[in-house]
Amino acid sequence: MSVNERIDEIVKGNDVVLFMKGSPLFPQCGFSSKAIAILDHLNVAYESVDVLQDMEIRAGIKDYSDWPTIPQLYVKGEFLGGSDIMMEMFEAGELQAIVDAEGLAKAG
Amino acid sequence: MEKGPAHIEMETLLTAAFAPTHLAVINDSAKHHGHSGDDGSGESHFTVEIESAAFAGVSRLMRQRMVNKALGDIPGTRVHALAIKARAPGE
Repeated sequence: MSVNERIDEIVKGNDVVLFMKGSPLFPQCGFSSKAIAILDHLNVAYESVDVLQDMEIRAGIKDYSDWPTIPQLYVKGEFLGGSDIMMEMFEAGELQAIVDAEGLAKAG
Repeated sequence: MEKGPAHIEMETLLTAAFAPTHLAVINDSAKHHGHSGDDGSGESHFTVEIESAAFAGVSRLMRQRMVNKALGDIPGTRVHALAIKARAPGE
């Protein structure tokens, strides 16, 4: 399976996926940490992928989304953005609106 | 502190690409000294504030894509972290 297919399977197989550096408990970068804080605040269930543990995905995800940086958030198979966009959408209430509209599962 | 090569190049590229009505390229690297993304270059973390008519009616995602594209291999490769605040005049 190509890296693109691997990523596609992860993205399509989960309603909410965050590609990040480190784990939700121990983020290894301030931007990933910010992204996790937003998802926790939304109280939404999500899958996370630590790109530091998988060099193929770390390189491949940038081509997959045509986006040069980590973290990257995907909802229902669609790329939403990185931590700047997540924060702007969160502050504008747009992320909550997506959670409600898509009926995304709650955390826990 | 003097501007490094990536700093100057970003200002030049953004000015050429967007004819911005406001542009601030801010080097935040000192705040992240010793952090995992700090490569010792002093040019690891930046914030770009840019206002341009080119962003009018364009989504957040597309604005960031436009800025990233204009900067070539700088974001994510030469510069570890780039925060982008892109707006159109009047926003």
